[in-house]
Amino acid sequence: MKVPDDAMAAVAVAATAAAAAPRLGLLGAAVARKDAPAKILGQARYVDDLVRPGMLHGATVRTRCAGGTLERIEFGPGIDWDAFVVVSAADVPGINATQMIEQDQPVLADRCFRHAGEPVLLLAHPDRDLLRAAVEAVTLHEWPEPSPVFSIDDALAQRGQVCPGNVYRDYLMQRGDIAAGEAAAEVVFEGRFETGAQEHVYIEPQGMIAHVDAAGVLVVEGSMQCPYYVLGTLTAVTGRDAGRVRVVHCTTGGGFGGKEEYPSHIAAHAALLSLKAGGRPVKLVYDRSEDMLATPKRHPSRTLVRIGARRDGRLCFMDIDFALDGGAYTTLSPVVLSRGVIHAPGPYACANARVRGRAVATHHPPNGAFRGFGAPQSIFAIEQAMDGLARALGLSPLELRRVNMLRPGDRSVAGQPIDHTTDFDAVLDQALRESGYVAKREAFAASNARNAASGDPLRHGIGLATFHHGAGFTGNGEVVLASEARVRADVDGRVEVVASSSEMGQGNTTTLCQVVAEALGLPLDRVSQAPVDTFDVPDSGPTVASRTCMVVGLIVEQAARRLRAELIEKAGLPASGADEHAFAAACARYLDGHPRLEAQARYEPPANVQWDETVFQGSPYASYAWAAYVAEVEVDLTTCEVALSGFTAVQEVGKVVNPVIAAGQVEGGVVQGIGFALFEKVSWGGNGAMANNRLTNYIIPTSADIPPVRVFFQEQPGGIGPAGAKGLGELPMDGPGPAILSAVNSALGSRIASLPVLPEDVMAAAAGVAS
Amino acid sequence: MSTPAAHASRPPPAWYRPGTLADALAARAEWGRDLVAMAGCTDLMVGWNAGARRVPSVLDLSALAELRTIEPGPDAVTIGATMSCAGIAAHPVIAARLPMLAASARQTGSVAIQNRATLGGNIMNASPAADNPPVLLAYGARLTLASVRGARTIGYDAFHAGYKRTLAEADELLVSITIPFPPPGAIGYYRKVGTRRAQAISKIALAALVETSGAADGAVVRGARFGFASAGPVPLPAPALSRALHGMPLASIDAGRVAQALAADLSPMDDIRSTAAYRRSVAVNLVLAALQSARREVAQAAYTG
Amino acid sequence: MRAQAPAAPGPALSFTLNGRNLSSADGSIGAPTMRLLDLLRLHAGQTGTKEGCGEGECGACAVLVDGELVNSCLVPVGQLHGCNVTSIEGLPRDDPLLSAFARAGAAQCGICTPGMVLAARALLERSAQPSLDEVREGLAGNLCRCTGYARIYTAVLDAAAAGASPGTQAGGAPGLPE
Repeated sequence: MKVPDDAMAAVAVAATAAAAAPRLGLLGAAVARKDAPAKILGQARYVDDLVRPGMLHGATVRTRCAGGTLERIEFGPGIDWDAFVVVSAADVPGINATQMIEQDQPVLADRCFRHAGEPVLLLAHPDRDLLRAAVEAVTLHEWPEPSPVFSIDDALAQRGQVCPGNVYRDYLMQRGDIAAGEAAAEVVFEGRFETGAQEHVYIEPQGMIAHVDAAGVLVVEGSMQCPYYVLGTLTAVTGRDAGRVRVVHCTTGGGFGGKEEYPSHIAAHAALLSLKAGGRPVKLVYDRSEDMLATPKRHPSRTLVRIGARRDGRLCFMDIDFALDGGAYTTLSPVVLSRGVIHAPGPYACANARVRGRAVATHHPPNGAFRGFGAPQSIFAIEQAMDGLARALGLSPLELRRVNMLRPGDRSVAGQPIDHTTDFDAVLDQALRESGYVAKREAFAASNARNAASGDPLRHGIGLATFHHGAGFTGNGEVVLASEARVRADVDGRVEVVASSSEMGQGNTTTLCQVVAEALGLPLDRVSQAPVDTFDVPDSGPTVASRTCMVVGLIVEQAARRLRAELIEKAGLPASGADEHAFAAACARYLDGHPRLEAQARYEPPANVQWDETVFQGSPYASYAWAAYVAEVEVDLTTCEVALSGFTAVQEVGKVVNPVIAAGQVEGGVVQGIGFALFEKVSWGGNGAMANNRLTNYIIPTSADIPPVRVFFQEQPGGIGPAGAKGLGELPMDGPGPAILSAVNSALGSRIASLPVLPEDVMAAAAGVAS
Repeated sequence: MSTPAAHASRPPPAWYRPGTLADALAARAEWGRDLVAMAGCTDLMVGWNAGARRVPSVLDLSALAELRTIEPGPDAVTIGATMSCAGIAAHPVIAARLPMLAASARQTGSVAIQNRATLGGNIMNASPAADNPPVLLAYGARLTLASVRGARTIGYDAFHAGYKRTLAEADELLVSITIPFPPPGAIGYYRKVGTRRAQAISKIALAALVETSGAADGAVVRGARFGFASAGPVPLPAPALSRALHGMPLASIDAGRVAQALAADLSPMDDIRSTAAYRRSVAVNLVLAALQSARREVAQAAYTG
Repeated sequence: MRAQAPAAPGPALSFTLNGRNLSSADGSIGAPTMRLLDLLRLHAGQTGTKEGCGEGECGACAVLVDGELVNSCLVPVGQLHGCNVTSIEGLPRDDPLLSAFARAGAAQCGICTPGMVLAARALLERSAQPSLDEVREGLAGNLCRCTGYARIYTAVLDAAAAGASPGTQAGGAPGLPE
């Protein structure tokens, strides 16, 4: 819904005319989270906590084969089918496809399907037990795809076909002259690196409730990151215009990217059931097994790296072939791939570099966004390759990084000039100091040799990863989004942040309010975020890509400044020294003569950020956070278990808007990275779908597995966000994988090249080293 | 002993919660396994919650105070079948005299699981990955089963007949587990290798109880009993290994001898938690670690004694 | 021999939930095989207890039964006769854990938080001043995917320092803002 233009015009005075609000120091303050009390007391309402009058429960019948053709749907005996709402592809009134980058993925499979677990039929009934029995009573008669493709190599070799060519996107980023670089290189390292799929395991499974309200509006509420994505799919699938579809965000129990795109499917399913049921509410909430079976995972990757350097360590060339397993439909693979490609050279200067990236099609269920999307995979590969090159050169991993680190005046492989806002040496130095990296590396080498001689099974290792992560949408993404947000106030001077940014645990209901309160000179308790409801909030872009605090924070800050300017100009708000009472009085005066008090702002990209997607050159991100992580491990060769014994995470993030929330983001991201490295393995069944789709069998770290993670921030306000803030949510996912594997390899003298590294892999590698 | 036929003329109740063991046995006599015996529910309810939620008829043993006991005697502890893992782990006599059992009870699932899960359930559910059976095998536990026909006590090492099959008859209930105290000087070793450090199902686990004679350097194995989890279709003792080590000087036992014996004892497989090769190899390493720890303790005893 | 077991339901089942009496006689308890989790969420309207996995693995459904931590998805209500059940809604508002969790930033998405708070309460009942390792072990049955656990450790240790149990420390714990 758009605000009337006159209201917008009313506040479109120059914000800069207003004197700055008094500084309260809210940016950088460790204020308590606004959403904490309700969550701690169990009062926050998640979608499964909601009950609507006359509500039906929905369920999904899915394919079992890895692609094929649906011949027939058989409704078994013993079920009163007339008592069920039944929806199939034939019931889709609009376009039968989710509205993502491509429209290749049906909401309900009709005849052809591409993977096991693809939704075919929807059922609804008031009684959940009868519903479960009915799901089991449906038989889908499937002609299976004769030669399903389950690996990147098989897809690229076209051993079987998912779609023509089996490649969704093929990107090339290059700089300089590879042949010249190769000729100059005195030492070359070549390696193949792989990472596995990773399941998000947000503790709240996905779900939606749909109904049609008294005004005939289709209302869909649920667990999601991106209400406007959901809205886009709902309008397309139902054929309704946006004025007759309303999407409401419920308290969301974790997302991590997993609730970026898939909620659109569940919303469409719930909506189709409700529409067929005459608008009755239908709740469609997955149990854990269905959630893990059906929803996207982090893309598995394989990266071929050839890098070469002079004897002194200076990189001469990088030649990287990066490939992601996109699964059976395009979903978000193009943006995951582009981020992976851009991050593939790491934070290193190299004049001659080529990165080819392909997202390939397989018969696995589609993979999608997961914290870091693409960057953790490609950064893993370059970091391991840097270790390999250092070995070949006889340098330490640290020395090689020091020599090649991007420094002010350099250009990245993407062509982005490196400015003076980050002193990456300072980041690295602090990580070395806090972890004792250099001394420990020596001490562990000595103790490992002693233990090997004496038959002691313990080995110790330490690993370093250096990396940076671009915040916000890649390239021109933010320009295309043109995100919008508003700030409004009522007669009592209570202020609301009006944005579609969705709280899922990352803290934006607090940080955005900090930004606005600071801009208005108000105490934090005068500002809150309005409920995220597409009938009220504008499209501030999706809640993804480490963009909320930085990009949306910037927009709401501008809107707040405009609101303040308006009050100064038209309602006599003192330009300086005004407290909350003066602010409330000014609001009351303003609203005496105006229908509303609201200011809007829209994202304007910095002038120097230009990106040419066709040649992958330019400045893909307005801000980068930089980091150096150090992992320490103990490996017991009796069992080949790897115990993480220490973890140090140092990062430069511009401005820390809330130290508790920022540290919580890093700690949580690091632990997801630890899981990615040491625990989490998706086992694929014969049909290409997740076979270990239970929390008993897909292992994420518990508190007993995690040593104290030491987190340090450096702040050199150079980000584009409020007070120089940069995005940081995804950054901590990038470092643990490479740092931990480096530590394991240094403990064992091994060359393990894939994640996750489980005891079985350690055993095989240790046996290889011994022989 | 003849197997009673449990052909009931009336259908079993949906839920029966007897107040006495006699009533429980009578129900078992009438309905056999059609009435599923449950106590802590931590294994069986996982099955109910999946798919179409088929809930069986339940014989709820949780009201039977006589099964929720720990009775230390002069030579052994007798633990009632529905004693919780938390109760076992916290019991001072068990902590002092049967420390491997305290340890395995404390590694059974999480705190919330240990508060509910029972030792009897862990045995009767007959999972090859169950956490407490290896320790019971190593300690030489005996089980007492009861039915309306009477009670019998059998060695635990023979109890598991095959994957998810036991020697218990359809009308029997496991009543108690009796665990003899190890002889003085016996050395225990327990290690669970899980998928993570807590709340884990084992990739493999070993409990060992080794008795030696002789001085530090020349200590000889006088007896050794083992119990493995996740090394075959059932919790496995390792009789071939026990025989192979008998009379051997501790210092002379090498990986080859252990591996050869275990080849006969264990039949690990590839599954969702690990591989046969890993399990076979780690089983050998764990046995060697147990013997190494025995050597250290013998040396320590010689030094301090 | 014929069992004495009745084929019909036995005597009335009753227990207390957050201080309120529930009884099968008045219909406030359904079938004995009903999961305690379903009773809480679907019948008693106590939705602070969450379902994360339905197999006792995640701890989001953890509640206290007679002060002991259990996963309510693995408890049939038929076993609760005479018990005291406490869910997050029944925890005293002055429990220092509540304010400590808020101060420390221990709740992010919040879906694991009620179960985590109750696991911490059970831990502090067993050990009033736990070490960090005891905290790590005591909470290991409660999965959190957001925080990496660090802030939860801080909250539990702070609450332990503030006072062993609700209402016992001088001056009372700072309450949570409503």
